Amino acid sequence: MFDEQVIQMIIEGVRDTLYMTLVSTLIGYLVGLPFGIGLYVTSEKGLHPNTFIYSIGDVICNIIRSVPFLILLILLIPFTRFVVGKSYGSTATIVPLVICAAPYIARVVESSLKEVDGGVIEAAKSMGASNWQIIYKVLLVEAKTSLINGATITTGVLLGYSAMSGTVGGGGLGDIAVRYGYYRWQTDIMFVTVILLILIFQVIQNSGTWIAAKSDHRKR
Amino acid sequence: MSDVLRIENLEKRYEDSIVLDDINITVKKGEVVVIVGPSGCGKSTLLRCLNGLEKIQEGSVVLEDQIVNPVSKNQEKVREKIGMVFQTYDLFPHMTILQNVMLAPLKVKKRNKQDVQTEALELLDRVGLLSKKDKYPRQLSGGQKQRVAIVRALIMHPEVLLLDEITAALDPEMVREVLDVVLSLAKEGRTMVIVTHEMQFAKAVADRVIFLDGGKIIEEGSSKEIFEHPKTDRLKTFLKSFTYDEQ
Repeated sequence: MFDEQVIQMIIEGVRDTLYMTLVSTLIGYLVGLPFGIGLYVTSEKGLHPNTFIYSIGDVICNIIRSVPFLILLILLIPFTRFVVGKSYGSTATIVPLVICAAPYIARVVESSLKEVDGGVIEAAKSMGASNWQIIYKVLLVEAKTSLINGATITTGVLLGYSAMSGTVGGGGLGDIAVRYGYYRWQTDIMFVTVILLILIFQVIQNSGTWIAAKSDHRKR
Repeated sequence: MSDVLRIENLEKRYEDSIVLDDINITVKKGEVVVIVGPSGCGKSTLLRCLNGLEKIQEGSVVLEDQIVNPVSKNQEKVREKIGMVFQTYDLFPHMTILQNVMLAPLKVKKRNKQDVQTEALELLDRVGLLSKKDKYPRQLSGGQKQRVAIVRALIMHPEVLLLDEITAALDPEMVREVLDVVLSLAKEGRTMVIVTHEMQFAKAVADRVIFLDGGKIIEEGSSKEIFEHPKTDRLKTFLKSFTYDEQ
C-alpha cells in the first residue's frame, strides 16, 4: 500500500501544499496589505476620508469575496493560463489563490487598523506626523499583534483553499486526497493526507499565536 | 511680550448646533492661559481647534505668522510647534517609554539620534522617570504615563503647549505629581493653554483665566479676578459647585 512511490508522492504533496499556501499568502499580502491600508485611510473615519475611492475598493472587495472559491478557480482558468502558461498544477493554483486572498486580506488588515486607538493617532497628528508617518510608524506598529493574528487566520484559510483546488487538478495534498480518496476509494491514503493537513494547520496556527503573543506589549 | 497664538472670531459648528461662538483669545509668549467651564461647554473642543485637530467654520487660529486653522494641506509643519497632552495619555502601547519620547523628534524632525536620546534621557530624569525608560506604557501608573506624555510633547520644543484635562483620568493621589511638573514648566516661562477641572491648580498656575460656558467666553481675567471677584452670575454659580459649605 504505502510503497516508496506513494510515500514519495505524499512528500511532494506536502511540499506543494506548503509552496501554494505560503507563496499565495505572501503575494496576497503584497497586494492585500496596501489595499487594506487604502481602505482604512479612505474610510469615513480614516486619515484621509474619500468616499469615492473607498466605495470603489469596497465594491471590488465585495464582488471578489462573494464568488465561491471553487467557482473563482474555474472562472479564472483563462487568466491563469495567460499568467503561468498552464491551468493545472501547484504554480497555476497560486493565481486564483492570490486573487481570492487579496480582498480577504484587505478586509482583515482594514479591521486590524480600525482597532488602533484613535487617541494615539491624534497624539501622532499633534506631533506633526504626516499621514505616511502615521501609517508606517504608528498604525502598523500598534496594529502589529492584530495583523499577525490576521495573517495566521489567512494562511489557515489559504491552506484549506489550496486543498480545495485539488478537485480541479491543483496539486498538493488536497489533490492526492481527492484522487485516492474520492476516485479510487483508497481511504487510507486520504486519511494520511488529512492528518498531514491537520498537522500543517496546527503548526501554522501555533506559530502565529506564539509570534503574536511575543509582539504584544499591551498586556501580558 | 509678543503674541504667540491669536484666535480671532473662531466659530465651530456641528451641523446646526454652534459649539464655539465668536471666540477671541490672544496668548502672549510665556503666558499660561487656563480655560475653565462646566462640562460640555466646548473647552476641550476649543483646545483641539488650536492645533487643527478640529476644523472650524469661521475665524482663524494663527501661531506666530502661520495659519493653524482653517486647516490647510501641509498642516504638519505647524503642528510640530504646538505640543498637546491628552486626558487619556495616548502613549504608543507597543513602544517603550524612550521610544515613545524619541519617535517624533527622530521621524518628524529627523534629528540626530544621539542628540535626541541625550535630551530624552534628561527630560525623563527631570520628571523622575529615568528608571522607567525601557518599560512599556502598561507597566506605568497613570501619573507616570501622563508625565511621559508631557515629556513626549516637550521634546518637540513646542512654541505652545496645550494640556487637555490631563489629570481628569488620574487617581487623586497621582494628580499632584503631574501638576507639579506643569507648575515647574509655568515657572520657567513656557507658553501654555490649559483646560482643567482642578480649580486650586488653575488658581496657582494661571496668568489669565477664561470662563467658557455654552460655547462663549463669559468672563476673562487674572486668577484673582475670576476666582475671588466673579462678575457674572454664571461664573458665580459655576464656582459655587466646587465648594461644600453648608448652604
